[in-house]
Amino acid sequence: MAEVEETLKRIQSHKGVIGTMVVNAEGIPIRTTLDNSTTVQYAGLLHQLTMKAKSTVRDIDPQNDLTFLRIRSKKHEIMVAPDKECLPIVIQNPCEQ
Amino acid sequence: MISRKRSEFGARIKFSDQNASSVKDAYIECTAYPDKNFTLKQLERDVGMQVVPQIKETSTQTRWTCPQNATTQYYPREFLEEEKEALGQSKTLTEFLNSVSTSVEIALQQNEIMNTFIHDWKCLAEEEGTFGDKTDTHLKEYQSFTDLHSLTEKMITCVSWHPVIYGLIAVSVAVRLSLEERVHFSGKLLLQPSLILFWSFSDPIHPQLMLESPDDIFCFQFCPTDPNIIAGGCINGQVVMWDITAHADRIENIKAGGSRSKKVTLKPMFLLEPESNKEAMYIRHCAVSSIESGHRKVITDIHWLPDTFEINRLGNVFENRSGISCQLVTCSADCTICFWDIRPQKALTPQPQAEKKKEESIEIPFDIPTTFLHLDLSWKPLSKIKLSKGETTLDHCPTKLSLSEDNLLFKAQGNCLSQSKAVKAGEMNPYQNLENALNNILKPIDDFCTKFFVGTEEGEVIYTDWKMEKDPETGRFMAKKPVSLYTVHDGAVHTVQRSPFYKDIILTVGGWNVAIWKEGIMTGPLLQSCCAPKRYTSGHWSLTRPGVFYIGREDGYIDIWDLLEKTHEPAQSQNICITMIMYIKPWTFSAKQQFIAIADYYGTLHILEIPWTLSHPSTNEVSSISHYFEREVKHLEYVEQRRIIREQEKREMELELEKKKVKTFQKSKEQLEAELKMDYESYLELEKNILSNLGLSKQKESMSYFVSHYN
Repeated sequence: MAEVEETLKRIQSHKGVIGTMVVNAEGIPIRTTLDNSTTVQYAGLLHQLTMKAKSTVRDIDPQNDLTFLRIRSKKHEIMVAPDKECLPIVIQNPCEQ
Repeated sequence: MISRKRSEFGARIKFSDQNASSVKDAYIECTAYPDKNFTLKQLERDVGMQVVPQIKETSTQTRWTCPQNATTQYYPREFLEEEKEALGQSKTLTEFLNSVSTSVEIALQQNEIMNTFIHDWKCLAEEEGTFGDKTDTHLKEYQSFTDLHSLTEKMITCVSWHPVIYGLIAVSVAVRLSLEERVHFSGKLLLQPSLILFWSFSDPIHPQLMLESPDDIFCFQFCPTDPNIIAGGCINGQVVMWDITAHADRIENIKAGGSRSKKVTLKPMFLLEPESNKEAMYIRHCAVSSIESGHRKVITDIHWLPDTFEINRLGNVFENRSGISCQLVTCSADCTICFWDIRPQKALTPQPQAEKKKEESIEIPFDIPTTFLHLDLSWKPLSKIKLSKGETTLDHCPTKLSLSEDNLLFKAQGNCLSQSKAVKAGEMNPYQNLENALNNILKPIDDFCTKFFVGTEEGEVIYTDWKMEKDPETGRFMAKKPVSLYTVHDGAVHTVQRSPFYKDIILTVGGWNVAIWKEGIMTGPLLQSCCAPKRYTSGHWSLTRPGVFYIGREDGYIDIWDLLEKTHEPAQSQNICITMIMYIKPWTFSAKQQFIAIADYYGTLHILEIPWTLSHPSTNEVSSISHYFEREVKHLEYVEQRRIIREQEKREMELELEKKKVKTFQKSKEQLEAELKMDYESYLELEKNILSNLGLSKQKESMSYFVSHYN
């Protein structure tokens, strides 16, 4: 468990990271650094989006798989690294001049 | 009687054609005309129509029962704490995270290194569309105004652009005499009115309006919510109010007067207009403050409090529901700062009837607006703060103030327009019924910064609080002691101004140098310039460029400082006039036109145009200047830390020195003792030897035996 915490801490300490969370396969948050309502919102929405992205990639080429999903918006960048079991989600504010 | 030949009776009649129009009166016309008696209105119309339907088929599976609104309330599924813990321990999670975290970190680092979505090319270039020559950095002379009608020599004490109307500038003039001369010529001075002149760009000779006041005005300001109300501070300590709403039309249509000369030749009717415009309007003040309870000496600075808050007698801040600026703050040479309220104060004791009758008998000239009649001659300040220096009788003599929200005149260009329009559109001008404003129950505002900066005549910059606190000994409310005090300037501080871009950066100009301060940094100024060769007599921030400010010198030169270029000396120097510059005031009319008004000691007001390079900020100027200030703050902190370290070092060195001294002292003391002992012993020996030689004591012979044995 300490390892998990350490890894998450390391990720959280990067420059510009606003929040980190780990969500299981059904969209239920396991670990999070943000408040509950935000976490739940992100988890629900991103879980569905990741599923869609995954199915898209596999439809095009069945031997391919989704490894990483980055959504860049005006204010932040959301990064999702999907796996069979769970989803770590990181929200970062990229450095702007 | 008609006669006819008999043979023609019963004869065949021959018809022939004839052109009707050729012969006159050969025909009678019966033209058709619509006769109203016979018009029929159709009330019914029999029409056939056919509709072609648009068919669309959809189908759903619904239960055809009574349709109702249904809502669902849900909460998301969450794990309990123990489950979370359990999952956190699981190996699969650990392994997975380890494998994934690498890619996540790569992604994060990519973002940190470089922002790939910036258009570098676009960000590189400066904004295009510069007007005018980029190399032209001098202020260009646009116009200058002098009052040619005055008898005595006057100097300008305060300048203010009209917040709304283009090209209108108001100037307060005072007589250029020292106190002795004033007293000497007081009879002559009484005859001449003290004025505030309104100049317009269209007429450089005749002022548009002249506001009269009981004595020379040393500072004045337009009300930020209603530009027709002006408050000024007199040399005798009175606060004077004018209301020029009645003449507002005159000054608004000034631009039309500019083309007057052309119209004169075209239409003779307009010949009358120039004459009526030449006759300048003298407008009397509509209220003055009470002489006994106001300031005793000249008022050096006056400000309107913004319409977002108001204060009560104790200095507590409340929200302002009336939507208008109704309070003023003044500071004067009698070492006090007063807060004034322009609304009628509720009388604490009911006034007896006899006094009321007396007041009514005073005749009011009919052309004075009665807006502030309730204040005239009986206006008392809301609260007074004395800037005392503690036990000594010498008090601080304030010259200029800067409150926390002082960017009224800078923002006024945008806001005032909309507000003044709203005032006109509404039925009643809120200043006409100020009594209503008092009745609102106000909500206090918490954690409002009630501290402000004051510059004094001795060259100090004080940061103090206007909230009164209860003195534990006497139980009265007293002004608080100042938070910080710095003597930075060599002469009187005549400019204390907040930057229009940063709320906590203040510029103070006085004596021979300039200082920039940051609110909250107690260790000292961020920037303090070295002594200039000539005395600085006025200063102002630039309104559009955050690192530029203008300083006027006593020899008529204006120094333009640009913090991005040089911080140790001005970037440019330009000669404006031959005498001391009393006041500088820039103003922006549009993105292309920016003017600066410079008032000099001889009473002339120069209007200069600011070139593009000085008025237009570069793309990152705001952030660059804020970085510069942050660096200065860090520098000050570093200096402070070094000072502490140095003090420590000094103390350590002193301790060492003392220790050394003590050691040497002790050493010498021991040495001395040893030496004394030896001397004594040698003396004892000597004594014995002498005695034994003399053969005086027998006992001592045995002793001497012992002694010699010991020797």
